Amino acid sequence: MVSIDGKEHSNSLVRIRNLNKVYRRGGETINVLQGLNLDVEKGEFVAFMGPSGSGKTTLLNLLGGLDTPTSGTVTVDGDEITHMSGRNLASWRARHVGFIFQMYNLIPVLTAFQNVELPLLLTKLSKAQRRQHVETALTLVGLSDRMKHYPRQLSGGQEQRVAIARAIVTDPTFLLCDEPTGDLDRKAAEEILDLLTELESNHGKTILMVTHDPLAAERADVVLHLDKGALVEGAEAAAS
Amino acid sequence: MKYLPFIFRNLFRKKTRTILTIGSIAVAIFLFGLLVTIETALNAGVDVAGVDRLIVRNKTSLIMPLPLSYQERLRQIDNVAEATFASWFGAIYQEPKNFFPQFAIDTDTYRAVFPEFEVSDAEWSSFLADQEGAVVGKLTAERFGWKIGDRIPLQGTIWTGTWEFNIRAIYEGSRSGDDESQFWFHWKFLEESRSFGKGTVGWYTVKIDDSDQAVTVTRTIDERFSNSAYETSTETEQAFAAGFAKQIGNIKMLIMSIGAVVLFTLLLVTGNTMAMAVRERVPELGVLKTLGFGDRTVLFLVLAESLIIATVGGAVGVGLAKLFTLGGDPTGGMLPVFYLSTKEMLLGLGIAIFVGLAAGSIPALTAMNLRIVDALRRV
Repeated sequence: MVSIDGKEHSNSLVRIRNLNKVYRRGGETINVLQGLNLDVEKGEFVAFMGPSGSGKTTLLNLLGGLDTPTSGTVTVDGDEITHMSGRNLASWRARHVGFIFQMYNLIPVLTAFQNVELPLLLTKLSKAQRRQHVETALTLVGLSDRMKHYPRQLSGGQEQRVAIARAIVTDPTFLLCDEPTGDLDRKAAEEILDLLTELESNHGKTILMVTHDPLAAERADVVLHLDKGALVEGAEAAAS
Repeated sequence: MKYLPFIFRNLFRKKTRTILTIGSIAVAIFLFGLLVTIETALNAGVDVAGVDRLIVRNKTSLIMPLPLSYQERLRQIDNVAEATFASWFGAIYQEPKNFFPQFAIDTDTYRAVFPEFEVSDAEWSSFLADQEGAVVGKLTAERFGWKIGDRIPLQGTIWTGTWEFNIRAIYEGSRSGDDESQFWFHWKFLEESRSFGKGTVGWYTVKIDDSDQAVTVTRTIDERFSNSAYETSTETEQAFAAGFAKQIGNIKMLIMSIGAVVLFTLLLVTGNTMAMAVRERVPELGVLKTLGFGDRTVLFLVLAESLIIATVGGAVGVGLAKLFTLGGDPTGGMLPVFYLSTKEMLLGLGIAIFVGLAAGSIPALTAMNLRIVDALRRV
């Protein structure tokens, strides 16, 4: 069960406690996240919605260890990441987090295969093992026949599938998706959402997704809204 | 090793730029190779000159002669093991541009004083037996395609007329810097045939048995011949060679200055390329870091690119310079010892690698210190 009340839950995969993030621009102080609490169990699909500037991406960055909070803690699968060194955080990300971006963020000079192989270069897998993992991941996203294609030779939807393959190839603890359908047409967006749903339901992946798209949010088990730096559940948000 | 394909892909994302950068490094290192070769050539005499040999010349000028009688008097001085002599001949072979040094030598003593010039006993005997015989260095023999037995006509400039010699021996230097361009013939042949200057020699080379006594022997020789019609100026062969090299200016300083400018330019060119490469790729570097690539790995990836560019450019430059020097002295005899040693080739490559490291270090550090959230914001 997803919870935002801050009470202890023994089964939490992701646990956020009293998370604050303050930005200072010039003389101005912006409280992006204020005392935020969140518990997510393994295998859940959570969507975060909210207006621009509400802190969705900041929250995702903090969950993925890309940024550090002003105060509070983020614990994932028992690892408290907020106080990890940069080096430990990098290897933690490599093992536990799969990132999916709105603009796919594939490396243009690498083929689909090589893009998916990138995170595996950080592991001790042999070349043959890496090949096997990459082929499995690309088959799962339906692109086994596009391995040698460069990003420029793929459609937006296909590029995002390669990005998803790259995110899941190391079998991470959870997936963080930042507007994964934001740059796609409706049909391609549906296909990507089908794929994410499949990853959750058939492969037990925990997915945390930031989106503006209500149709995308519908696919999640729980929709949380960020409002003035705090999380509120879907119904409460609708009421307010 | 597993990162190599990724590094190479990045290197060739802007093929033209990479190739041009490699080309500029290659040209610079090629230039460096040539400068070093010229510097080596100009100082070749200094590098290989013996510390146990003294040059005794006329105090007035090197072109003024000394009497033949000095040979015996030199031999009588303490610590002098042997005294040999030679005279500059200065003739032309076919055309003035075909320069090579020709010496009329004292055949009885010359070989003993210059053991580094190796001639087989059979060839040397053949040379001694022929009054018109000559010994030629390997370099000059190869340059003109001379073989043993060939008859070579030289056009005299000091002692005019056509002088003909029979090639009886070809010598080789035992050390890499030895001058293999010389042409020796019998001083007695010159003495008998010339119309003036009889009974004189160009200079003496004195071999001493204790190099620590060089200063004392030098002073003794010059004192022995002071207040005579032919006063002497004696110095070690090394000092003599260095003085000779200095006559054409401070080449080393000139070469060092050019080298420094080339190196600095190279640093700017490579540094600019790497800075552009990193600037263009900031979002991608952010993605790599997001995927779990550590700061040091990112630093390594950028530095490796810079190093590969520099190393390939350096290797091409050094290779071209070596090929050029293999073609031999391009000046037609002014730089007889014209070669690029392995040590200097490694130095050229080392400079290229240093440039790669130095030029890549700032962009690599920028990439290393890049904050992921800032980098991703530039997508």
